[in-house]
Amino acid sequence: MQENKSFGAKALEFIRNNIVPILFIIICAFCIPLSGFTPSYLLNEIVTRMGRNIFLILCLLIPIMAGMGLNFAMTLGAMAGEIALIFVSDWQIWGIPGVVLAMILQIPFSILLGLLCGSILNRAKGREMITSYIISFFMNGLYQLVVLFMMGSIIPIKHFSVKLPRGYGIRNTVSLLNMRQCLDNLLAVNIKGVKIPVLTFLIIGVLCLFIIWFRKTKLGQDMRAVGQDMEVARAAGINVEHTRLISIVISTVMAGFGMIIYLQNMGNIATYSSHSQIGMFCIAALLVGGASVDKASIGNVFLGVILFHTMFIVAPRAGAAITGDSMIGEYFRVFCSYGVITIALVMYETKKRRSQNRTAQELARAAAEETAKEAAK
Amino acid sequence: MSNAPLLEMRNIQKDFFGNQVLTDINLTLREGEVLGLCGENGAGKSTLMKILFGMDVIRETGGFGGEILLNGEKVEFATPFEALAAGIGMVHQEFSLIPGFTATENILLNREPQKHSVLSEVFGERLNTLNRKEMDVRSAAAIERMGVHIDADMTISSMPVGHKQFTEIARELSKEQLKLLILDEPTAVLTEKEAEALLESIRNMSKRGIAIIFITHRLHEILAVCNKVVVMRDGRVVQDVPAAETSVSEITRNMVGRSVETGGNTREVRDVSGLRTMMSIRKLWVDMPSELVRGVDLDIKEGEILGIGGLAGQGKLGIPNGIMGMYEAGGTVILDGEEIPLGHPRKCLDASMAFVSEDRRGVGLLLDESLEWNVSFAAMQIQNKYLKKLFGGLFTWRNERAIREVTEKYVDELAIKCTSTKQKAKELSGGNQQKICLAKAFALEPKFLFASEPTRGIDVGAKALVLEALRKFNRESGVTVVMISSELEELRSICDRIAIVSGGRISGILPATASSEEFGMLMVSQVV
Repeated sequence: MQENKSFGAKALEFIRNNIVPILFIIICAFCIPLSGFTPSYLLNEIVTRMGRNIFLILCLLIPIMAGMGLNFAMTLGAMAGEIALIFVSDWQIWGIPGVVLAMILQIPFSILLGLLCGSILNRAKGREMITSYIISFFMNGLYQLVVLFMMGSIIPIKHFSVKLPRGYGIRNTVSLLNMRQCLDNLLAVNIKGVKIPVLTFLIIGVLCLFIIWFRKTKLGQDMRAVGQDMEVARAAGINVEHTRLISIVISTVMAGFGMIIYLQNMGNIATYSSHSQIGMFCIAALLVGGASVDKASIGNVFLGVILFHTMFIVAPRAGAAITGDSMIGEYFRVFCSYGVITIALVMYETKKRRSQNRTAQELARAAAEETAKEAAK
Repeated sequence: MSNAPLLEMRNIQKDFFGNQVLTDINLTLREGEVLGLCGENGAGKSTLMKILFGMDVIRETGGFGGEILLNGEKVEFATPFEALAAGIGMVHQEFSLIPGFTATENILLNREPQKHSVLSEVFGERLNTLNRKEMDVRSAAAIERMGVHIDADMTISSMPVGHKQFTEIARELSKEQLKLLILDEPTAVLTEKEAEALLESIRNMSKRGIAIIFITHRLHEILAVCNKVVVMRDGRVVQDVPAAETSVSEITRNMVGRSVETGGNTREVRDVSGLRTMMSIRKLWVDMPSELVRGVDLDIKEGEILGIGGLAGQGKLGIPNGIMGMYEAGGTVILDGEEIPLGHPRKCLDASMAFVSEDRRGVGLLLDESLEWNVSFAAMQIQNKYLKKLFGGLFTWRNERAIREVTEKYVDELAIKCTSTKQKAKELSGGNQQKICLAKAFALEPKFLFASEPTRGIDVGAKALVLEALRKFNRESGVTVVMISSELEELRSICDRIAIVSGGRISGILPATASSEEFGMLMVSQVV
């Protein structure tokens, strides 16, 4: 049936399925000349941000595969990563050893948080997204309790550069100057003024390979089965709850790694706010790349990061060029992230409803054909 | 090799909370034998298969009596997985397939051949990679055993419905230990040609020594492939003979009739052919899940009681639900010369139609509200009854006294057992809840009433009362009643004419005095 479709119908369907990326390509194409950035500057910025963000976004893929939607609770992994980095900077272990130690240190934290989050989500089947969103707020409160009151008083924190002057609690900003971009700079290659952080990209490459390989494993197959139909999977003997739990744990641990890569690139931790927007921006970037609530690929991640961050870079300048006020660009990026997430959620629902209506359409068509036949007689 | 039959079920008994659904069932099945199991819906076929398959629902409702022997040894399955391990496979009516997976992936779901790797040695079995080549080989072998060709690489969601059915069968066949396969109405969704192919594949499987229990409403299929036929009615085996010694009409008679002589014929039945047409339905289709209506033409006469019967899943429930706007529908419905727009429950109610839904807890009742509210609610909303105006119509107020009076009237008339009219609807028994649903419809004082399965799930005494109330309502107020029920005897006891739905269409309309056999033939005539 599909071969018979005309070119126009096909094109229309392609546009309908990829409306979000297309929209963003148009926005970027419009804003880039207005911003007046040189290509090399722009490229440099995009490459930096790719290195910074891709790992974080990749961690969203596995819960989507397991049918749990967009994991807003990846924030939990980000918190684990931050806590690990706070310890490491308190111990004054810098450079690559510091990064590696922080990565190892965050694993138990994020496994714990992932288990907690996963078991809550297992009790809220079908409402994973809103639940994970609220969990991230709730855990933010716990995180603040730990970082603001328990660190320094119960949990030993010594170094003055980390601790608040009052004797307990962590400073608003923890400087990571001594490990800033250490991953990115190791093995970095400079091509015509564009710095390429080869090691970071290698790590991302390994993670991509891991995800591709993971899809081929028994566990990956089970996750896909659970994601599409929990009851059928259960009837086939797959442990549904356990499989979902694992997917959230893997996602949280990966988010922890991602957050450490992100922060070493930034060079400081905004202790109380670094993680709060990260989930939202990662999810928005993924959706901009053309992913949906139930389907996302590595390609979506890369396309999404490039488009979303190009817009981030050029929008303030373009906004300033048009209206004379650079705040308009800042406003625009927040507006866009929330807008994109809303569109994705609405499109997911409409798509579901459209497939449900198919039987009704078939019946109506059959009735119409019968009437036509009778009329012909 | 012992001489014991492959499967023997002895004196199987089952009751659901005192309601006896299976009595003294005995079955034997030998290797490679095909047993055709038939009976009306509710005859106990599914319950029997659930017992054999060790389904959770049986244990949760208190287990069963009697014993099951497999190869001469007594077995008791705690879960379906144990039954599977013992070599029993079942293809359910509802598909149990992952829509985005290919046929191969579904056939080998959770039994995929795997390759070990370094990582799986460290992190456990689940990190083995799948052995795609081996999967293709095995699924091809299973499809080959089935004898019907399907595309192993096609995803389920893009398959025609018949191929989904074959994928399910191939999945059971891919299990090495399979000795007994239960097919629960496998041809219900197949086209003529696919059904032929399935029958052929049943013969193939039986040649390979797999025993099959084949449940279907298409009786000629049973005669075509089965070695023996077992007919169940009201939880008993009423016929157990070799297929060669029986006929479609004999099976139908055994399925339907208590006995052909008794039944509804003692009662006078009004001749309605001379009456004016009250409602005329043309080309009605309704998208009600598992009750699809494909094209119904029906004329309903003024003042009659028309019964609509038929087997479950054939579309009889879809007719009232579609007309009343509960599900998406199309076609034309003309009531009293005026066309009723479909998909607007309010318009139907405004046209003085009322509907007693088969889903009384979901659609019929406000469970947490008082009986008074339940009885008066619809009339209040639709017809502004039981309201009084204050300050010259500035405010409208509920007229509590009128509400109480009307509720008390129906509580008396229908003998509703309750502590007071203020009692909450959820506290009543099923039968009394059903009576409240009727009272709600009666309070609307409609010209036309749909009563969908009004006696479902209520006891015998309450049943008689509900039927009597409907009859009285029809006789005294002259209301046209259309009653939908899966129990033919019940329809015959109060209806003037009975229309039988089969395959989403009306297969025939007979006077209530016609014989059970005639009705039975209509029921299975166009089963899809």
